Amino acid sequence: MKDEPIIKIKNLYKAFGKNKVLKGISFEVNKGEDLVILGRSGSGKSVAIKCLVGLLDPDKGKMEILGTDMTKLTYKELNEIRLKIGFMFQDGALYDSMSVRENLTFTLKHHTRHLTEEDIQQQIMEALDSVGLKEAIDKMPSELSGGMVKRISLARTIIIKPEIIFYDEPTAGLDTITAQEISELILSVQKKYKATSIIITHDMICAKMTGNRIIIIKDGLIHAQGTYEELENSTDQWVRSFFFANN
Amino acid sequence: MIAIVKEQLTQAGNFSLFIGRFFKEIFVPPFQINEFLRQCYTIGCKSLPLVSITGFIMGLVLTIQSRPTMTKFGAESWLPSMVSLSLIREIAPVVTALICAGKIASGIGAELGSMKVSSQIDAMEVSAVNPYKYLVVTRILATTLMVPLLVIFADLVGIFGGYIGYNIHNTITMSRYFSEVIEHLDYLDLMPATIKTFFFGFFIGVIGCYKGFNASSGTASVGLAANSAVVTASLSIFIVDMLAVQITDLFF
Repeated sequence: MKDEPIIKIKNLYKAFGKNKVLKGISFEVNKGEDLVILGRSGSGKSVAIKCLVGLLDPDKGKMEILGTDMTKLTYKELNEIRLKIGFMFQDGALYDSMSVRENLTFTLKHHTRHLTEEDIQQQIMEALDSVGLKEAIDKMPSELSGGMVKRISLARTIIIKPEIIFYDEPTAGLDTITAQEISELILSVQKKYKATSIIITHDMICAKMTGNRIIIIKDGLIHAQGTYEELENSTDQWVRSFFFANN
Repeated sequence: MIAIVKEQLTQAGNFSLFIGRFFKEIFVPPFQINEFLRQCYTIGCKSLPLVSITGFIMGLVLTIQSRPTMTKFGAESWLPSMVSLSLIREIAPVVTALICAGKIASGIGAELGSMKVSSQIDAMEVSAVNPYKYLVVTRILATTLMVPLLVIFADLVGIFGGYIGYNIHNTITMSRYFSEVIEHLDYLDLMPATIKTFFFGFFIGVIGCYKGFNASSGTASVGLAANSAVVTASLSIFIVDMLAVQITDLFF
């Protein structure tokens, strides 16, 4: 059961005008696996997961999530799959007109209908407790620091108890210590919720802490893949540059 | 030149699709009643002070400016009905709609634009919330309903402003002034003027939402969306007004 692939991407192509971002990448993610996608800025890491959740339409290729072909879905069918997916955005993407409580309530109410007010409050407190920010419940996003925004964004992602979580640059824009705290938090969330995850990052500490397997994208194609240790000992200079540049 | 024409036609096509989607989504549940009511409050109630002040000034100034001419022709007693007719048929709807275009369309354009730029709309999308239904349909419905109500309110405040203006040089009781106003008002003065305000509200909402929802990435695009929303909504008000006057003239 553990080795059953629940995310499959085959020959995925995506271009923006003449800029070909993805040039036929293929990979699979097994149930319970935490896959890290590494790559330089503009290499197409985020584009790949945005195609997976239907935020972008791929030009060509096949994508499957939980056995469903994502390229042939109606809007309603796509939303049914999305209910099983959590997505943590690079900049948090908290709804800035809502407080932290309202951000979580909004997500939860639209995900699970007919919850009692008591259930909602209990699940909010549980999610905030998981990210260690119970005290921020009535704050507005503008009152939060960068690290706190990421934590609340993570709480909003996990409150729906998703089967799959996509993390888009979870440590981007944070100082080293806060970035490490977020990585540790992701690790604890993964242990607690046992979701399958794809982590997009170029932070090697985050990659080492959170991923069981790493794929490296270069020029829209998968350049290398393996465990952290395997890639660290790679003879490929380009792959090694990721490890040396961060040490 | 060809590229500009092509771009304009693409924009027109996208705008038509955007409006078409509104009429498609409006009848499909779930209905976002709470968000619609929240928008009615934001768009309607929060615009009341601005509309009150401008409405009052419109009535006051129109009365003061018209009085010398009316006196010259010995028609000073016609001043209450002339002012109220001008306000109800043309001035209050157009000026209030222009104020709403400045306040509401720009607000919607900037709000949705910043949500787009900061991935909040994408966050809604991946949470299986239809952002078009939640953000766009509710706002367009709210403007379509609230702008006519604001115009009616501006009419009343404007007529009251006219009463104050009339009393600067003459003396008339409020009941006498208002009976003068009502006596000369016709069903045909009220209906076409009120109907066109629904279109004003619709276009203010739809243009604000379209500009914000289609803002490109980058913070500069938020400002552009707000600015473009005001300019386009203001222009659309004049065009709708011109068409409404022509149609009214044709049938009544």
